[in-house]
Amino acid sequence: MAVRASLFFLFLLLCSLLAAALYEDQVGIADWHQKYIGKTKQAVFHTQKAGRKRVVVATEENVIASLDLRSGDIYWRHVLGKNDPVDQIGITLGKYVVTLSSEGSVLRAWNLPDGQMSWETSLEVLKPSKSLLYVPANAGVEKDNLILVYGGGCLHAISSVDGEVAWKKEFSLEGFNVQGISQPLGGSIIYIVGFTSNSQVVVNKVNAKTGELLNHNSVAYPRGLSGEALQVSSDLLVALDAARSSLVTINFQASDISFHHMAISNLVQKSFVTVSLLPLNVNGMFAAKVDSTVVIARVKDTGELKVTEKINDPSCVSDAILLTEGQEAFAMVQHADNRIHLSIRVNNDIATEILKESISVDPQRGHAQKIFINNYVRTDRSHGFRALIVMEDHSLLLVQQGAIVWSREDGLASIVDSTVSELPVEKVGVSVAKVEENLLEWLKGHMLKLKGTLMLASAEDVATIQGMRLKNSEKNKMTRDHNGFRKLVIVLTKAGKVLALHTGDGRIIWSVLLPSLRESDVCDSPIALNIYQWHVPHHHAMDENPSLLIVGKCGQSSDAPGVLSVVDSYTGKELNSIMLAHSIAQVIPLPFTDSNEQRLHLIIDRNSYGHLYPRTPDSINIFLREMSSIYWYSVDAEKSMIRGHALKGKCDLDSADEYCFSSKELWSIIFPSESEKIATIATRKMNEVVHTQAKVNVDHDVMYKYISKNMVFAATVSPKASGEIGSATPEEASLVAYLIDAVTGRILHRVTHQGAQGPIHAVVSENWVVYHYFNLRAHRYEMSVIEIYDQSRAVNKDVWKLILGKHNLTSPITSYSRPEVVVKTQTYFFTHSVKAVAVTATAKGITSKQVLIGTIGDQVLALDKRFLDPRRTLNPSQAEKEEGIIPLTDTLPIIPQSYSTHSHQVEGLRDIVTIPTKLESTTLVFSYGVDLFFTRIAPSRTYDSLTEDFSYALLLITIIALVAAIIVTWILSEKKELREKWR
Amino acid sequence: MSRRRSLLAFLLLLSISLSLFCWNASADFQSDELLQDDEEFGLEGARSPDLEHLNPIRTPIRRRSDPDSSSSDSKAIQFTLEHAFGDSGFSPAGTFTARLKSRNHGGPTLTKLRVSRNTLTHAEKEAFEKLLKEDDFYTIRVPSNVLSPGPDYIVSSIKARCLPRETLDEQFVIHAVGVNILAVNYGSAGPCQYPRPLKFPAKWSFNSYTLLKTSEEAPRTPAFAEELLAGENGEDEGVKPPEKSFWAKYWMYLIPLGLIVMNTVTQAMNMPEEQAGGQSGTQAQQTVAQRGPNAAARRR
Repeated sequence: MAVRASLFFLFLLLCSLLAAALYEDQVGIADWHQKYIGKTKQAVFHTQKAGRKRVVVATEENVIASLDLRSGDIYWRHVLGKNDPVDQIGITLGKYVVTLSSEGSVLRAWNLPDGQMSWETSLEVLKPSKSLLYVPANAGVEKDNLILVYGGGCLHAISSVDGEVAWKKEFSLEGFNVQGISQPLGGSIIYIVGFTSNSQVVVNKVNAKTGELLNHNSVAYPRGLSGEALQVSSDLLVALDAARSSLVTINFQASDISFHHMAISNLVQKSFVTVSLLPLNVNGMFAAKVDSTVVIARVKDTGELKVTEKINDPSCVSDAILLTEGQEAFAMVQHADNRIHLSIRVNNDIATEILKESISVDPQRGHAQKIFINNYVRTDRSHGFRALIVMEDHSLLLVQQGAIVWSREDGLASIVDSTVSELPVEKVGVSVAKVEENLLEWLKGHMLKLKGTLMLASAEDVATIQGMRLKNSEKNKMTRDHNGFRKLVIVLTKAGKVLALHTGDGRIIWSVLLPSLRESDVCDSPIALNIYQWHVPHHHAMDENPSLLIVGKCGQSSDAPGVLSVVDSYTGKELNSIMLAHSIAQVIPLPFTDSNEQRLHLIIDRNSYGHLYPRTPDSINIFLREMSSIYWYSVDAEKSMIRGHALKGKCDLDSADEYCFSSKELWSIIFPSESEKIATIATRKMNEVVHTQAKVNVDHDVMYKYISKNMVFAATVSPKASGEIGSATPEEASLVAYLIDAVTGRILHRVTHQGAQGPIHAVVSENWVVYHYFNLRAHRYEMSVIEIYDQSRAVNKDVWKLILGKHNLTSPITSYSRPEVVVKTQTYFFTHSVKAVAVTATAKGITSKQVLIGTIGDQVLALDKRFLDPRRTLNPSQAEKEEGIIPLTDTLPIIPQSYSTHSHQVEGLRDIVTIPTKLESTTLVFSYGVDLFFTRIAPSRTYDSLTEDFSYALLLITIIALVAAIIVTWILSEKKELREKWR
Repeated sequence: MSRRRSLLAFLLLLSISLSLFCWNASADFQSDELLQDDEEFGLEGARSPDLEHLNPIRTPIRRRSDPDSSSSDSKAIQFTLEHAFGDSGFSPAGTFTARLKSRNHGGPTLTKLRVSRNTLTHAEKEAFEKLLKEDDFYTIRVPSNVLSPGPDYIVSSIKARCLPRETLDEQFVIHAVGVNILAVNYGSAGPCQYPRPLKFPAKWSFNSYTLLKTSEEAPRTPAFAEELLAGENGEDEGVKPPEKSFWAKYWMYLIPLGLIVMNTVTQAMNMPEEQAGGQSGTQAQQTVAQRGPNAAARRR
């Protein structure tokens, strides 16, 4: 019996090693998922009736979310997608959030408590223009109020109950731009006031019930208007004139339009440079920002302006909220050395601050950029205020009673680039792990685990066990581990903030808002571009910190000067920053390091000059040695052109800059502009490792992989088919895939897919390319694979030549000799449309690959490369089957267990990054979009380690039982033998 | 424990279902029927093999045979080849001649491309020698549109040291779409070794080869996709799955059965004395017989 039992155990043990998918309770052990919303554009607080503990926000990542005011958690969230930006947001009937998106063409109503969409109306838009949403403020629940939407030359009145369009009015006037919509109280009349391009002020009077045009009035303003205007009250508009030197008050409700004009210099009593109007929404008042001073002025009924308050250096001003009848409050934020000063004022007594708070804020959050306020009734029946502040780094803070109640790091929703840094090596003598907690705790934990194993645990216990596993300190240590699972993922966000996330649980280790990427006098509108590894110490890994290079530029244009910044990976301190004199078109990390182990970077500017960094004599010596074998390519998508370049010599510019090099054009490929347009370029990852150079065929024939780091995949589509799917007929559409050698410009392979169109997503690895596109004829998405093999090395197969040394295995490879290549291709249908494609990367490249596909459902699907093998045939022979070739099917299978995001969605997925670990079988996967998701996957299962929950005790018990069984049976057989002998 | 057991069961199920799936798939797709009238159904992908790209024109130009002589509406054109030595400007170096053949569908295409090189002048020879010494680039260019040369040129370069053999052996691989040249890959006819030794040609003249490559059509998605569609359209003309052997079909039942039988037989042989008399060969009692020996084993 014992033998049987132990055999059974052994069998179970063997089986346990084959674990492939994940169990529900294992979720969250090796992975983490973080939800974000992005930089808040607009926020509306719930009205008193609908419960006041939530705020609805619309963000620049096109997310509409309802947040808990107590904790900042997301109640519900909708990601509208890249092509559907949210313009306006409002609350109607006290139970719907109304959003206007896509330049005023889509109006949606969402149910406030649960975020369900109640109705959606798409509106006709004649031409793109500013859109305006007008939700009547006195929206009674019982009354069917109309929502007014102006967008693209049309005014729509929409029922707020069901989204039905009540009436529609077109304004066909050329260049007409609506500045304000007003509906006087109890009004059956709507005033629509706007400017035309030739400075005419146009007022339309429309019947609110029918949309009938009652009156049309237009008067030209002789001095011209700048187009910037604010609606101050239901009958007044304040505008800037064309010279931006004076303010014009326009009264439009009277029978004839009257103007009142006042020079700004009179208003502020000094000269000024810039002026802009700030929306204040306080009845009869407005704010203007003159240089760095905010002027708050009151508009009298006669149209005269009176300055009530001047505030120096405020950061921002909030919209007004209604406190009591006729009393409105607004907030203002000022910033002074790491503290923000919040003050709230009311309209009828502007000089006194009814609330003044000063809050200390992390300097890495920058300045406050937007503020939204909400009031509540305090326990003593007075008015309390809470403020939602959007910071420069896109984070969101809720401030109440002088303290930050919660903060959300929403800059992480807009990651631009990411890289990875190793953690510090564990130093001897410095114990990071704490000593095990007291014995009782330890025993309790083990008892719980035992209960869990024996399935005696209650739901609560299971939760505790889960919590214990998640808390498991091992994975959250701040030191390098043996398997290389613990790292820092360093991300650069759109706001110019660099954050380091721990791979164990995704917590933020440090964050820094780069001073060089902040708006300043030298650099307005900075743009964060890329992040690279600058310095990775190997020789002095114990006492030197690695550092990162962050590349940005000042301004949108291609000749904007670049900014470089070097940041310490462990502390986040900015070590150095340079404002470059040249632009940045391309950054090439070179495979060389100088004596300080700083990586050499070649920055190519717009005029194709190369600039070497770091600027040290040592680096230039190394660089000059290798200069003749440095090539790069540039892509000009507008001209459909790819060019190859090499370095020529020192710059021929006037300045004697020895780190500047001129280049020459070596080759060019010009795609005929009438038939092809560049859609996608993909290259191999520079740090990819290839383990096997050859592939053994079924018939024991060897195929040598064409492994060149210079291979570029380019795909072009016909210009007609470059739009949306369905915009072209199958006859017009075609897709051409190219494999190009980037050193010589040689086209290695070129193949046309008739009737196919983009969007194209491609991934290149080893000697293969996988690309995804839409097939118009089959009405399905397809994935094609190209594998490329080098025939010129095929002579090496001769054993005799190998023995006699007549092979070319050791000869250096040059791109200038033309190897004969053969190509194998295959195409499969694929069900999903795709947002991103990546491939797994392992330390030595031995483990088989998986293609990671970011699906339209914002999940990451791991698809074995075996399914994309071009050698798949309908009836694989026995030998082929043994090799693992899967019979050919027309569609790639989607196995639900192979979603590496399991049940999570990485909303707004943009990119998937794979990071090799020290353990060969395992890859770390970091996918980001609006959300972040991190996990580790093992494409061929963890063949080189036991799983974390491997039960060593069970193994021990099995061994002991086996030994005992052997002894017992031995004794028994001895006894039996003795009996036999005595018989 | 239970997890492992369930895992085991799941794996077994998965493997069975997978193997069944694979069988089904391969079984359905095994038609060797020749669909001759696929054009009639308008199914794409079943076009006749385009032999042209399989045999690229690859002969030294002057001796080329003329397979396209039958084409009636072809037009001779020519365009210049220009070259540059290192950083020097471009100067004419030769002429490409080609014929434009109009197809009945689509635009005109280039055929019969050949190049005639101008002889190198003394100055050019010196410049070339300088290139060889400095291991610099020899660059050529041709107009992107051969009919109406515009400002755009297709450029290609090679390290000059790759060219010299007996003569200067060069090869032009020209990728063209209609009358547009997409890319030119210019290089030596043979391999170029590295490191590049300094070597001067015996004869200062070019020996040129040209190779014209036109677009290649992607093979359509697995050809059987169409067959499947045809099958779905109702004309399931006896495309039967091939017969599997009895063993291949029922092995998963046969093996446990065999094990049970073997177990029974061994047990029965060990304990002939315990055989009860009342067991006849009916189905229902057989199961009892199977269980019997287990009970006996426990008793022992």
